[in-house]
Amino acid sequence: MAKFASSISKQAGALMNWVDDRLPVTAFWNATMTGYQAPKNFNFWYYMGSLALLVLVIQIFSGILLAMHYKPSAAEAFASVEYIMRDVDWGWLIRYMHTTGASFFFILIYLHMFRSLLYGSHKAPRELLWVFGMFIYVALMAEAFLGYILPWGQMSYWGAQVIINLFGAIPKIGEPLTQWIRGDYFISDATLNRFFALHVIAVPLALMGLVLLHLVALRENGSNNPDGIEIKKNKGPDGTPVDGIPFHPYYTVKDIFGVGFFLILFSFILFMWPEAGGVFLEHDNFVPANPLVTPEHIKPVWYFTPFYAILKAVPDKLLGVLTMGASVAVLFFLPWLDRSPVKSIRYRGMWYKVLLGMFTIAFVRLGLLGMAEGTPAQTWEMRVWTLVYFMFFVLLFFMSPGGKTKPEPDRVTH
Amino acid sequence: MKKLATYLLFAALLFPVASLTASASGGAGVEHSGANINDTASLQRGAKWYVNYCFSCHTISYMRYNRMAEDLGLSEEMVMQNLVDSNAKFADTMNIAMDADQAKEWFGKTPPDLSLIGRSRGADWIYSYLRGFYQDESGGWNNTLLANASMPHVLWQLQGIQKPVYRQETGEGGFVHEVIDHFEIMTPGTQTPQEYEETARDIAAFLDYVGEPAKLKRKGIGVWVILFLVLFTFIAYLLKAEYWRDVH
Repeated sequence: MAKFASSISKQAGALMNWVDDRLPVTAFWNATMTGYQAPKNFNFWYYMGSLALLVLVIQIFSGILLAMHYKPSAAEAFASVEYIMRDVDWGWLIRYMHTTGASFFFILIYLHMFRSLLYGSHKAPRELLWVFGMFIYVALMAEAFLGYILPWGQMSYWGAQVIINLFGAIPKIGEPLTQWIRGDYFISDATLNRFFALHVIAVPLALMGLVLLHLVALRENGSNNPDGIEIKKNKGPDGTPVDGIPFHPYYTVKDIFGVGFFLILFSFILFMWPEAGGVFLEHDNFVPANPLVTPEHIKPVWYFTPFYAILKAVPDKLLGVLTMGASVAVLFFLPWLDRSPVKSIRYRGMWYKVLLGMFTIAFVRLGLLGMAEGTPAQTWEMRVWTLVYFMFFVLLFFMSPGGKTKPEPDRVTH
Repeated sequence: MKKLATYLLFAALLFPVASLTASASGGAGVEHSGANINDTASLQRGAKWYVNYCFSCHTISYMRYNRMAEDLGLSEEMVMQNLVDSNAKFADTMNIAMDADQAKEWFGKTPPDLSLIGRSRGADWIYSYLRGFYQDESGGWNNTLLANASMPHVLWQLQGIQKPVYRQETGEGGFVHEVIDHFEIMTPGTQTPQEYEETARDIAAFLDYVGEPAKLKRKGIGVWVILFLVLFTFIAYLLKAEYWRDVH
């Protein structure tokens, strides 16, 4: 028996050698997993990246299954979604995986980005890592917007109407541009069909390419950590960082625990509360799209509402669109706006904690206001928080070089 | 101290959620129905009321007779004899023969399909709507939830005819206007008010079920999935702790 087992393992080894001579599988595994030294002091915030990758896989998997039953036509789309919910075996499970996944994707990405603001992960030498991450975020927003039209409910239709019309604010080319996007004079079958194509092929391909670049850039310099110090500066006699541990098995087993914890939350929403009170799945979207009846209260899904509030805060349409665009665009420049000599919030002064706290409240509050009906008082509140949102970047630029800091430690702390 | 600051920040963030969502959910006049889709007897009664009183105008065209029979514990004979009036087959969706144009002529608009009313409006809204019909000053039907609804009160023989009793209310800027305080039954129906409440609750529960038939099973499955994941996560935690013992 033992002889048989050793012969099997010998043959498996020979097969691996044969493959390695032709494709560097083992070398790749060693370089990116077992040989890659990650800081040993990751905390809660460092689960988000691997979980976002998991959700990407969930979305692709459930999306393929949905596409097998969904009909991208204005006449059939709504009914085909109900067909999935009622007549397809486990169709409801597949659909709720996808809808729950969409919202969780954004929850994770927002927490992932917030982590960077906490510990300065966007700062040199990880600027491109951040920029690729921002491209992923923008692609994700496009993906979510395109996907939201597919159920062809009232919110699908009128939400898309509002967003596409934003392009109409551009002088001269605005009107023809909206027509070009829709492929028709109004949102119609042609629009739905092309949005489906973009949602299932174009944007997912771009997303996967960007995720790959994000990961390659991550492995180049390695992860930042809650102390914001470079572990590579402090190497032991064997040449590996003293504060580093091999990514595999340490962080793979830790991330498996994170996956389990995350899936509990995910399953709770999926099985017990898939509409999340009308926030993840909006009540109005269970009414078929009707071009003749405008819903009382049109609003985008929760993950867009901070930017929607910024749009609504500005009285002029074109200026509103530009301000909203700027609120996303400014994030791309974060690595160069943040000129602080230290990375982590732990070693920055009180000024940064106040600034980041205000920014966080502004973002959440804008998100809530973007969902609300929009009374005049709320419009004024949106203006205040929009100002706070942008002031974060302005003040960060001017205060970060001279702002008070504390001395960074040589080794990571616990 | 640091922890405390974090908690305070979260509290500040969450506080406004309550104030904003309170106005968004439900709205005026929607009462708690107590409709329960796990009460099979209630769903069966709801199905009966629905087919007898609502179905002649309102299709539930995504619902199949055989699925309903299976979920509500009804036999094929019971459904075919008591609930199917047309020449529909057992596996058909629940449609009716009413002509859409004619319906529009009669009611001013085509009575909507109610397959998803349980999801777009919710059981509480349906329950309140069915209890909100009253005879207004013009002598016609009106509804507290949907002013000047084009739908007549088809359940009036059960509930009877109720009239509103108004009270004065001072609104913004000292402007006095009349609001409905409560209803008084003018002509009693065949059901007592308690029985009618039960009827409205049964119909609400039935339409809640029709909105998402999978809801009957998904929560039960979810409990097992979550229990499995709790066990999985616990083992994963032990594994992680074992590997990390030598990291200091």
